[in-house]
Amino acid sequence: MTEDQKPRLDRQTMCNRLAMAFEDDWVVNLGVGMPTLCANYPLDDRGVIFQSENGLIGLGAHAAVGEEDPNLVDAGTQYVTLNPGAAIVQHVDSYTIIRGGYVDVTVLGAYEVAENGDFANWKTAGRKGGGIGGAMDLAAGAKNVWIAMVHTTRDGQPRLRKRCVLPLTAAGVVSRVMSDLGLFDVTPEGLVLREIAPGFTPDEVRAMTEAELQIDPALCEVRQA
Amino acid sequence: MKNKVIDDFDTAVAGIEDGASIMVGGFGPPGLPQNLTAALLRQNAKDLTIITNRADQLWAHSHSGMLVEQGRVKKICCAFAAAMHPSKAAEFDRLHEAGAFEVELMPQGTLVERMRAAASGLGGVYTPAGVGTEIADGKEEKVINGRTYILELPLSADYAFIRATTADTFGNLQYHLSQRNFGPIMAMAARTTLVEIEGDIVATGDIDPNQVHTPGIFVDGVIKIPPAPQGLWTTPAERRAAR
Repeated sequence: MTEDQKPRLDRQTMCNRLAMAFEDDWVVNLGVGMPTLCANYPLDDRGVIFQSENGLIGLGAHAAVGEEDPNLVDAGTQYVTLNPGAAIVQHVDSYTIIRGGYVDVTVLGAYEVAENGDFANWKTAGRKGGGIGGAMDLAAGAKNVWIAMVHTTRDGQPRLRKRCVLPLTAAGVVSRVMSDLGLFDVTPEGLVLREIAPGFTPDEVRAMTEAELQIDPALCEVRQA
Repeated sequence: MKNKVIDDFDTAVAGIEDGASIMVGGFGPPGLPQNLTAALLRQNAKDLTIITNRADQLWAHSHSGMLVEQGRVKKICCAFAAAMHPSKAAEFDRLHEAGAFEVELMPQGTLVERMRAAASGLGGVYTPAGVGTEIADGKEEKVINGRTYILELPLSADYAFIRATTADTFGNLQYHLSQRNFGPIMAMAARTTLVEIEGDIVATGDIDPNQVHTPGIFVDGVIKIPPAPQGLWTTPAERRAAR
């Protein structure tokens, strides 16, 4: 079996690993798509508050079928619930939260991340349109910008690059990347592999990574609890 | 106080002329003024500028995207101008690729701050969103307290279309949950604000001043949405069925 065919981490495991690093009482913004899986991780009574661009502070689980409120959706337009203590703000105030430094971490998806912390997630090659949404504001204002993305494109090209090829969402802001091959930190010394997917070797990960990759001397398997 | 109740949607949009700019509220179905956009579609104004969060969403949830198909839209200002995934590309994307209309794409926070600048009589805002990206091309950059910002200019409109839950006859508004989204800032940024109302239009004075979300001085017309099918409502069950 080649490294292209070996089972990699599933999306929930990837997001669990990021969510377990949320600190007590953090305000967290989850991007549309895979990052929303971070909300499934049992954070118990740690006081983490989920914020959504469309003006929700304290959103809870998805609404059960038949119990949706037609006027309560998250930024991905999924019907959701609110937790006790929630608040609603208008859009301008939501971006005060986002750019004003009140968001402790945003977890976003990306097409590419570069070893200097640049990332690209709003426009694919050869398309005229794009979708910026809140990503550029979140990237500019959140205290931490983490990325959850699969390690390679469908045709096997690396997404962790020396420099992004696609149009940037923001420059030099990403501090952590969780892929289906491991957990990476962007450091002043470069991109460091901290934890690795079970069954893979650092050389195999390096072969699927364009960025210069350093291996943490304390490298371990990706933590799952 | 002035009574701003308008009896029907066609009357509300009748005065909108060629070349008008229109802010369209809503984030997903909540707050999406489907009845106003549907009435605009029945009217003949063209060369329109549409200012809204998600241009291609208009295609899916209202009749406003059909304005594009009819060649009546000159420009769209928005934060999303493409399907999230190429596999979901719609007619909107194909017309955009063909250059049938102009798109000014911007970060969502920039969209609302530009509205706020217009609403508040400011000459623009310096924002860090978009610095170092193609959004910054051609814009003034300024370093303030060691951080780089780009200048974004005010964005106003001739009209705002929004949707709320309760109004009084003067136009004081209340929104329900995430319906609020762009409503307050669009009402403030546009010269003429038309609001479709899901619930009751009550007598002036019947809304507690403490509980007014958008003051009536920003509102020009309120129209009660009739029950379906005459009025347009997006229900969770319909959205489930569409998926």
